[in-house]
Parts: sequence; structure tokens; C-alpha cells
Amino acid sequence: MAYVAIADRDAPIHDPHTFIEKYIWSQDHKVIAIQYAIVAIFVGLVALVLSGLMRLQLGFPETFHFVDPNHYYQFITMHGMIMVIYLLTALFLGGFGNYLIPLMVGARDMVFPYMNMVSFWVYLLAVLVLLSSFFVPGGPTGAGWTLYPPQAILTGTPGSGLGIVLMLVSLGIFIIAFTMGGLNYVTTVLQARCKGMTMMRMPLSVWGIFMATILGLLAFPALLVSAVMMTLDGTLGTSFFTPAVSSMGQSLDHNGGSPLLFQHLFWFFGHPEVYIVALPAFGIVSDLLSTHARKNIFGYRMMVWAILAIGGLSFVVWAHHMYVSGMNPYFGFFFATTTLIIAVPTAIKVYNWVLTLWKGDIHLTVPMLFAIGFIFTFIHGGLTGLFLGNVTVDLPLSDTYFVVAHFHMVMGVSPILVVFGAIYHWYPKITGRMWNVTLGKIHFWMTFLGTYAIYLPMHYLGILGVPRRYYALGDTEFLPKSVHTINEAITIAALIVAASVLVFLFNMITSLWRGEKATSNPWKSTTLEWQTPDTPPHHGNWGPRLPVVYRWAYDYSVPGAPDDFIPQNVPVDPKLGGGRDHGVHH
Amino acid sequence: MSNTAIFIALFVGVAAWFAVASRLTAKPWENREQKGDVGAITTPPARIGLWIFMAVVTSLFSLFLSAYSMRMHQSIGWCHLTIPKIVWFNTLVLIAASIAMQLASSAVGRGQRQVTKYALIAAGTLSIGFLAGQMMAWQAVGPSLYFIQGSPAIAFFYVLTIAHGLHLIGGLYVLGRASLRFAGGAEPIDLRQSLALCAIYWHFLLIVWLVVFGVLLFL
Repeated sequence: MAYVAIADRDAPIHDPHTFIEKYIWSQDHKVIAIQYAIVAIFVGLVALVLSGLMRLQLGFPETFHFVDPNHYYQFITMHGMIMVIYLLTALFLGGFGNYLIPLMVGARDMVFPYMNMVSFWVYLLAVLVLLSSFFVPGGPTGAGWTLYPPQAILTGTPGSGLGIVLMLVSLGIFIIAFTMGGLNYVTTVLQARCKGMTMMRMPLSVWGIFMATILGLLAFPALLVSAVMMTLDGTLGTSFFTPAVSSMGQSLDHNGGSPLLFQHLFWFFGHPEVYIVALPAFGIVSDLLSTHARKNIFGYRMMVWAILAIGGLSFVVWAHHMYVSGMNPYFGFFFATTTLIIAVPTAIKVYNWVLTLWKGDIHLTVPMLFAIGFIFTFIHGGLTGLFLGNVTVDLPLSDTYFVVAHFHMVMGVSPILVVFGAIYHWYPKITGRMWNVTLGKIHFWMTFLGTYAIYLPMHYLGILGVPRRYYALGDTEFLPKSVHTINEAITIAALIVAASVLVFLFNMITSLWRGEKATSNPWKSTTLEWQTPDTPPHHGNWGPRLPVVYRWAYDYSVPGAPDDFIPQNVPVDPKLGGGRDHGVHH
Repeated sequence: MSNTAIFIALFVGVAAWFAVASRLTAKPWENREQKGDVGAITTPPARIGLWIFMAVVTSLFSLFLSAYSMRMHQSIGWCHLTIPKIVWFNTLVLIAASIAMQLASSAVGRGQRQVTKYALIAAGTLSIGFLAGQMMAWQAVGPSLYFIQGSPAIAFFYVLTIAHGLHLIGGLYVLGRASLRFAGGAEPIDLRQSLALCAIYWHFLLIVWLVVFGVLLFL
């Protein structure tokens, strides 16, 4: 039996009938995407509350006695790990990846729907195991999100018993879930594109998610290796990472392990992880900017190349997280160089976003506000990255609030702004309803200005030398009194930003039934997901026939065309053409 | 991290191939009709999925071996492991299992039911035999927690063999399902793809094992 390409098949892949098949044990990528998103956002809210508690302690020390030093470290650890892995990675790839890939490439579903379903349930299990560590004796681990040994498994660190084991087991389970999902995303992009959808006609959202998934598939094994070996160190008493060490006055049985080895493995995962979060954000923001500026993305090919280059380079910069761990100076030189090189493709992307806006017909819709906000926060976070990428500048700034401010701007605030923008952008397609514009704008300005109020002063604190990870600063002599005032102000700003999330949630939930009915293509977008016969798309996405693609994803404001957008599935009009064929740029 | 450097070189190679293969030089804004416009790879998804999965497993074992080599060089008191003789025998058994899988895959393609049956039984038995042999090897290197705690080389031996064994058990699960379909009277032709993929996976796991074994022996 000859193999028939998926683009040539019109039959649905699976056919659910019962409520459970449709909405719970569902194999439909759209339902799985929503399941992923709901769990990720829920666990993200937990992490947000934890950050609020930390800020209360930092802004008003000795006021909130229920936040003791142990709790503080546990909150730091869980906040970091949840935000990076269980929220951002899961939401961008499991949520947006699942929803957008099949719709944007013109497929009926992922190529392995059953495995896709299992991926979600295993992810949920990982989340439950992680959250269960709040309820075990000793509580969750307080080792910091990097989980550096030996302290992570030694008595004295909070949660060094069951807490750290549950964290490592949960990470292992997450990686299994991610691998199952990731195999689907990559294979679907390679294999299930509809007719005419060449790789170079794919929207940049798909490119970003695709490359991020490849990075994840190759980088997460490093985390798995380190998690397995650390679990063995902690439970069976092996000495992979744990050197000869005395704890609480007693020398332990470990001998000869290498903590530095863990750091190498962790950051071999940890740095690509930054781009696992950033690349989907880059892709999505490109589409948001192009759509809402009614202009083709500037330098599409360059954008794709930049995504590939950033992906490749992200594997050779990991040790810039380890300048203070001690290394051969030539190593430091090498990693500083690669780190600065990665700024080149990243800067290309930023220029192209700005050039896309230039002379565009900019509609300041809520998704567009978030996309433009992202350009600001990403430039700020990126520039401070150049500071920290240099060994000599990094050494004095390392372990200060400058680093905290840098990574929150670049991989906290920036991707989250894109997440919000993307939710506002695709909400009409996902739910069939519009949201409240005023509430959306209030949410944007509270978030955008609020996050600046939090993180700009943190840079200053860092330059003053305020160390990170401290439970309380006390009356440290070298710090001026203003440090405490700034900390109070940051805490107030953080609480306001946290409150803005409530505005967002209120808007999203009430709009489900109070929102105006959405048309099928409210943003007049060119990409395929807006061309489905039904809104929200039904099971199988495309009705009886799969779409056929005739053009790239960015035919906006084509000279001579009746509308300012031409969807990808509209055939080429020989009189008009599209893009630059008949335009002024020929 | 020299192994990691090799891994990165491989990764860059694959990325470069991919860039050429996917015609990154295309100008998508020009709406000229392109020849062979479908673009999607016309290989069955399961096969592509398997290759991607094998890339993930390659990454996993490269990192394990990288860790092994770094741990060996970065610390004092490393005590070399004497590889038990049975591991040589196990290696031969795994090679035989791989050959049997290949036979099963070729026979099912030619519609030879009887040969397929015996080859499947041989592949399954040899693979389980390999796993049993590895457990006997644990007995030989140091059967208790005392040894695992005392020697990182022994601990690595356990970790590497268990990681490899778990991947083989995953393969056996898939092979078991295909064999059940075969025993239930499925036409050989319908099993062609499943067994072809199993054969690829078995060869892959054999190569992984040979590399792991080689590193344990010579590094």
C-alpha cells in the first residue's frame, strides 16, 4: 500500500463522539492546547502569589512573620522553576504550539494525536507531583531554581529530604511529557503541511515554535541526566556531584563528586531553555506586529535565518552562567565571545520588528500594545545581557539585583507580554467571543508601566551591590537608606502588577459569555487559522476539504488589492499578484 | 565537555543539512508557482517521529557519556571499573537480536509468515536475554548499595546500563504489540512498517550500546 501524503487525505484522523472523548480524554489538538494553557496559567498564578509573598518580605522586613527564611527560599525556588518550565515552556509549546501549528500549516490535527493527549496528562502529573511537595514534611525544596549541589541535598537547605526528590521526579516526568509533545510538533511541521505550504511560507510563529521545540528536544536530556544523577546522590548516596563534605559538623559518606559537572549539565540545558521560551515569543510577536501594522514582516528570510542561528548558538554559550564558578580564562573568553555573537541575530530581529512598524498602518489594538511593549522590554533586557556577557563586567555584578532585573526583563516580562498579546489576539478564534477593550488596555498599561517600576530600580540596586537571594538586608553598612525605600516601592509596584492579572482574568472569563460574538477574521489576518469555515474551528478544522496555500503569510497592503490583506489560501491573481511581484519594490 | 563538542558539531551538521534541504533561499513573497509545491516530506510520520526520537536519545546518551568523562577527569580517587566478562557475551546477544529483527523486517516485507514468526521470537528472546545478562553483570561489578556508593565508576555502570535497558524495554513494548497483531492473524504486509521501524530502533540501540561499552572499556 503506497503512502498517501497527509495533504492529499481528506478524512478526519479520529472521530470522537462522547463528552469525555471530546473534552477530557480528547485527542483534538485544540482541546489539548486549552487544557495545557489552563493548567499552565493556574500553576503560573501559584508562582505569582509566591513572588508577591517574597516581595512583601523584601519590601517590609519583619512585618510578615509567616514568611520565615526557610519559606523565603522555598518560594524563590518554586517561583523560578514554575515560571520558567511549568508556565512558560508549557504554555508556549503545549498551549500555543498545540493550538497554532495544525491550524497555521493547514492540517487537521497533530500527526500523533494519541501521544499528544498522553503528553498533556503526563504534564498534569508533573505539575501535581511538583505541587505535592508543598504538603510533604519539610516542604518543597529551597535550593534555588538552579538546584546547585551539594547544598540542594544537604540538611540545612529547606526541603532537602522529600522536597528535592519530588522536584527532580517532577522534572523527569515533565521531560517525558515534553518529549511526547515535541515529537508531535516537529513531525507535524515537517510532515503535515497542506498543499502549497512550503517551509518558507510558514508564519514566523510556527518557525519560532518549531525551532524552540528542537532546542527543547536536544536540551532537556541534559536536565534529565542531571536530575537522575542528583536523585541518586540524594537518595542512594552516590557521589556524582557531591564532593567530600561535612554537614552540621559531621562528615558525610560522599567523596570526590563534582559540583561543577552539575553546573555544566544544568546550564547546557538552562541556556537553550532561555531560547525555548524566547523563540516562540519572537515568532508570535512578529506575526502580531505584521498583522496589526498592516504591513509585511520586514526581512522574512532574515528572520528565519536568525531563528536558526540563535537556536544553534544557544548551545555554545552555557558557561556564561558560570563565570564566577571558576574556569580557565580562555574558556571565559570563548563563552563571552559566543555570547556577544548571539546578540547579532537577535539585534537583526529587533531591527526588523522596528522596520516592520516603520510607515505601517499601525492599529493600536490591545495585542499590538503588548507586542510593542515587548520590543521595549526586550531591548532593555537584551542590552543588560551584553553587560553580563562580558566576564569583567559580570564578576562584580554577579549575584546582585542587576542579574535579577536583567533576566526578569528579558525572559520574564518580555515573553509574558507576548503571552498576553497572543491570548488577546487569538481569543476570538479560540472562544468565538471578543473581550472588553477598555479592560484590556487597563491591563496593558498596569502591566507595562508596573513592570518597569519593578525592574528599572532593581538595576540600580544591583549596581549599588545589593546581593540577590538575601532574605533580609538588615542594617548593612555599605547600602544607603534609599535601598529600603526603593524596595518598598518595588513591592508596591509588584502588588499592583499582580492585581492587573486579576483584571485580565476577569476580562477573559466574563467575556466567555458577555463578550460580543467574534467574526471569523476580526483582525483581517492572512494566516490560515483565520480562514477556517467555523469559529471556533470544529473538530478536524477545515470542513470537507483541506486548504491549499498560494502565497506567503504576509501579504498585507498589497498595492492595487481591494483589501489590505490577502489570505494565504487565495489563489494568485495574474492581474494583481501579491507581495512585491507587482509592487513598488520590484 | 569534548563529547558535547562532538554532539554540537553533529547538531550543527544536521541544522546545515536542514537549511539546505528546506530551501531557505526561497523568496516566499514572490508568488510564482513553484514546482513540487507540496513541500511536506512524504515519509510516513511514524518514521520521522522515530528519527527525531533517536536524536533525542542520542543527545541523552552523549550527555551521560560527557558527564562520565568529566567526572572521571575532574575528581581525585577515580577507580577504574573492571568490565565483567559477561558483558562481552551480552553484546554478542544484542548483535544477534539486531540481526533477528532485521530478518523479521525483511521476511514480513516478502510476506513470509513462517520466517517472520521465528525471527520475531528470536529477536524478543535475545533482547530479553540481553537484559537478563546485564542484570547478571550488575551482580559481577558490585551487587549492593555499598559498592554503588563507594565507586562512581560502578554507579555510572549502573546508570548507563539501566538507561539503555529502559530504552530497550520501550522497544520491546512496541515489538510486543506488533507481535500480538501478527499472532492475531494480521497480514504480514500490514506489519511491514512497524517491524521496519523496530529494526531501525534495534540497530540504533545496538550502536548506542557499542559506544557506551567502548567508552567504558577504553576511556
